[in-house]
Amino acid sequence: MWENIKDFASTFFVTGDPLIYGADVSIVLSMVAIVFVLTKYKKWGWLWREWLTTVDHKRIGIMYLIASLLMLFRGGVDALLMRLQLAFPNVEFLNSDHYNAIFTTHGTIMILFMAMPMMFALFNMVVPLQLGARDVAYPFLNALSFWLFMLGAMLFNISFVIGGSPDAGWLSYPPLSQNEFSPGPGQNFYIWGIQISGIGSLATGINFIVTILKMRAPGMKLSKMPLFSWSVLSSCIMIIFAFPILTVTLALLFLDRFAGAHFFTMDGGGNPMMYLNLIWMWGHPEVYIVVVPAFGIFSEIVATFSRKKIFGYKSMVWAMMIIAVVSFFTWAHHFFTMGTSASVIAFFAISTMIVGIPTGVKVFNWLFTMYRGRISFKQPMLWTIAFIPCFVIGGATGVMLAVAPADYQYHNSYFLVAHFHQVLIGGVVFGYLAGIYYWWPKLFGFKLDEKLGKWGFWFWNIGFYVCFMPQYALGFMGMTRRYYTYGWDRGWADMNLVSTVGAFMMGIGFIFQVWQIAYSIKNGERDTTGDPWNGRTLEWSIPSPAPFYNFAVVPQVKEMDDWWATKEAKANGTYKEEPAKLEPIHMPKNSGIPFIMANFWFLVGFGFTFGWVWMAVIGFIGVFACMWARSFQYDTDYYVPVEEVRRTEASLGRVV
Amino acid sequence: MSGGKMLRHIQFWILAVLGTVLLTGCGSEYLVLNPKGPVAETQYNLIIISTILVAVIIVPVIALTAFIVYRYRDTPGNKASYKPEWAHSTTLEVIWWIIPIVIVALLGYFTVRDIYLLKENPNKEVAPMTIQVTALDWKWMFTYPEQNIATVNHLEIPAGVPIRFQVSADAPMNSFWVPELGGQIYAMAGMATELYLQADEPGTFAGFSSNFSGEGFAKMQFNVVAKPKEEFDNWVKEVKGTTPAMTKADYEELRKPGVTDKFTYSAFPEGMFEEIVAKYGHGHDMDYVMEKPPAPAGDKSSNETSQNTQQKTESHNMPGMNHSSMNH
Repeated sequence: MWENIKDFASTFFVTGDPLIYGADVSIVLSMVAIVFVLTKYKKWGWLWREWLTTVDHKRIGIMYLIASLLMLFRGGVDALLMRLQLAFPNVEFLNSDHYNAIFTTHGTIMILFMAMPMMFALFNMVVPLQLGARDVAYPFLNALSFWLFMLGAMLFNISFVIGGSPDAGWLSYPPLSQNEFSPGPGQNFYIWGIQISGIGSLATGINFIVTILKMRAPGMKLSKMPLFSWSVLSSCIMIIFAFPILTVTLALLFLDRFAGAHFFTMDGGGNPMMYLNLIWMWGHPEVYIVVVPAFGIFSEIVATFSRKKIFGYKSMVWAMMIIAVVSFFTWAHHFFTMGTSASVIAFFAISTMIVGIPTGVKVFNWLFTMYRGRISFKQPMLWTIAFIPCFVIGGATGVMLAVAPADYQYHNSYFLVAHFHQVLIGGVVFGYLAGIYYWWPKLFGFKLDEKLGKWGFWFWNIGFYVCFMPQYALGFMGMTRRYYTYGWDRGWADMNLVSTVGAFMMGIGFIFQVWQIAYSIKNGERDTTGDPWNGRTLEWSIPSPAPFYNFAVVPQVKEMDDWWATKEAKANGTYKEEPAKLEPIHMPKNSGIPFIMANFWFLVGFGFTFGWVWMAVIGFIGVFACMWARSFQYDTDYYVPVEEVRRTEASLGRVV
Repeated sequence: MSGGKMLRHIQFWILAVLGTVLLTGCGSEYLVLNPKGPVAETQYNLIIISTILVAVIIVPVIALTAFIVYRYRDTPGNKASYKPEWAHSTTLEVIWWIIPIVIVALLGYFTVRDIYLLKENPNKEVAPMTIQVTALDWKWMFTYPEQNIATVNHLEIPAGVPIRFQVSADAPMNSFWVPELGGQIYAMAGMATELYLQADEPGTFAGFSSNFSGEGFAKMQFNVVAKPKEEFDNWVKEVKGTTPAMTKADYEELRKPGVTDKFTYSAFPEGMFEEIVAKYGHGHDMDYVMEKPPAPAGDKSSNETSQNTQQKTESHNMPGMNHSSMNH
């Protein structure tokens, strides 16, 4: 009996590595600390009522933000471990298996559990406010999306201490990810972690398309909609076309592993190349899904901090929509080297280059928004300015990679690694950070400290170039991604060492940002005006932090940048004050079902990961029970009385 | 922060970027930039052309960014014009839609030209020699059908002769890459991809696997030794005389996962490569999946054989590739 338990424990828990024991200890300690604090201060009820059951898009946005920052930390630690391993030739810090697990989880976490939720955080924090809406179209579904993402991410993350991490690369190419070459639960964690959170992402895509198309304030035609909302629309259109492909692909891979099917096996009629096609039909649009909202953020910030209208609004909209379409015709450039026919390669090479055209146009439009403006260098604008050279260089190396015959030389090399980090860090991370700095006061009611922020900014930026410029050189030297070690004779040592130093500089930048948030909670400049940056769009017309119903009176939109126009009219004395008429506000009720249902999905995923069908069945029963319960819930909304609205507004310093 | 300080930082980045780019131009360790054969040469030229074409965009854009950010900074007494409502200019927008379109058109022309070029024998004057490459867990096996010899983890080729590599795998996917001789091609089970490479001069060139395939992947490296034709022929004779022949059992041993040393074999079981490809061909028409290599040349004039090869190459531009997922 005792022997059996010991045997089970040694396969169930990951053992044998001091780094992992350290992680075990810190995980247990932080769990104990959380439980202790919540119990001591009697906060369990508060946690349940205010957060776990909330359907308020702003709170959901905040939870997405916290989750994504935690994941940025974990993905970043993975990156630093890898860079330490590669700093010198023949280092034996990590063995091959451990290194493979770390680069796999680094990639998956950064794209799916860091970039995606940070993007959803911004969607939730901003879009309804910008549209003059009181909520998203489907608040309950929105909460469910969050909890599915969260539990999917948790399932993926526990693989690190339970069962073993996936180690077949962030896209898990078969046949390497099949049972034959990757036995054990690692790849199952990958499949189910992504699958569960992917359902949430798809639902978010649908939710925001409907929100944008149906919930805009009266008078806000699509042609007057702020560019960030346009970028969200573009991104969500890509989500609803791309994510179903991912769902099916992962389901087929799971059938191969679990039920002995032969969709992607080497033998038995399977075809691994089919998986590459399918996964990149999702995977390539996916990188545009995360980068296009950043374009929207930059458009808002450039206009605000140059005190000028955005240049070429129509071009911007067209550019984003063209990107949404063309992104679906470029996937095969991820495997130019598979020896397909010349005409197929030529098609995908050209379509990849074409994506560069609308992107280039946007850069010029941003530049000419600044031209003849007045640029103030607040944190959101700093990140935007830093983004331009970074993204332009990253985009240029992307076009170089699209030159297929040259790609035969770059493919899978560090040149590629440097390129995609440059567009993803320069575009996505810089963009989202800019957006977080920009909209932070609206959500939390205070600004983030400028001085600490600038330290963080310079460490990130200089660190970035120190880290990734040498990697372009390493690519030319023949260094391939995913090598866990190399010899002195290759001449790769110097560049790798420099790169590692740069990575740690970015890590220091991140620490400054954490410090900045902690410091600003206590000492940050309070935003009493609701419009700390002299903004242009509707979200700046309401108090900070935004009240739970957003707008006491739904605004009547007359122009693009309506809030700016209102302010100008007030300054000119041409503003006609219309008597505000408060009405009871219709709001959705909180619900615990999304949280509970996502936990049952976790059970499903965990059960299938270890092949415990009974547990998966219990999970499925729970999921259906939740759906059943929800479909017979009729009392799902309520009205906020006028008196309460008036009181809330007064407490925020507004007279209505 | 003042605009001047900003500008200095931007200048620093530009210098850092340029410094790195310039550094890449020298030194023999930059394998991709030191082409030693016609295929790598073509690709090197494309790299240079594409770098120049993208530089035509990025250098002015970065300069313009620095200028605009400096000139329109919000400082007291800035006399530059301020036009908050100026937000449209058809002329300007047409210009920057057209510039990237022209650049992409130019780049597209060179790209497509070379895509077709590289599918063919790079050296029309000399008949190509065939070598079959099999990626195993985690080693490379090379079989020479014309010489009937085999090697593991090292490759010897005659200089000045184009080599037609047929690449497959009896393991997860890998990629066969010798940067100084030219770009890579995937090694995939159930298919035989084709790649032409040629070394112009004798020398030793580093070869890599560049597609992740599991634990021993980082050790899947080999050297390619190019020798003058006579020396190569002597080496073949020596191999014939001094090394053991590979048996089926030897192969089964080789394909077990693990890292091994270099080996050389004086012979290998006939049709072994074709069998490896067919093993995963699962019912496809085998002529389609795998084009038969020419019979071992031995003492026959190699010219005849190679003409034969070239004809076949033309009719099957893409041996081993399963079109169903791409073309239809």
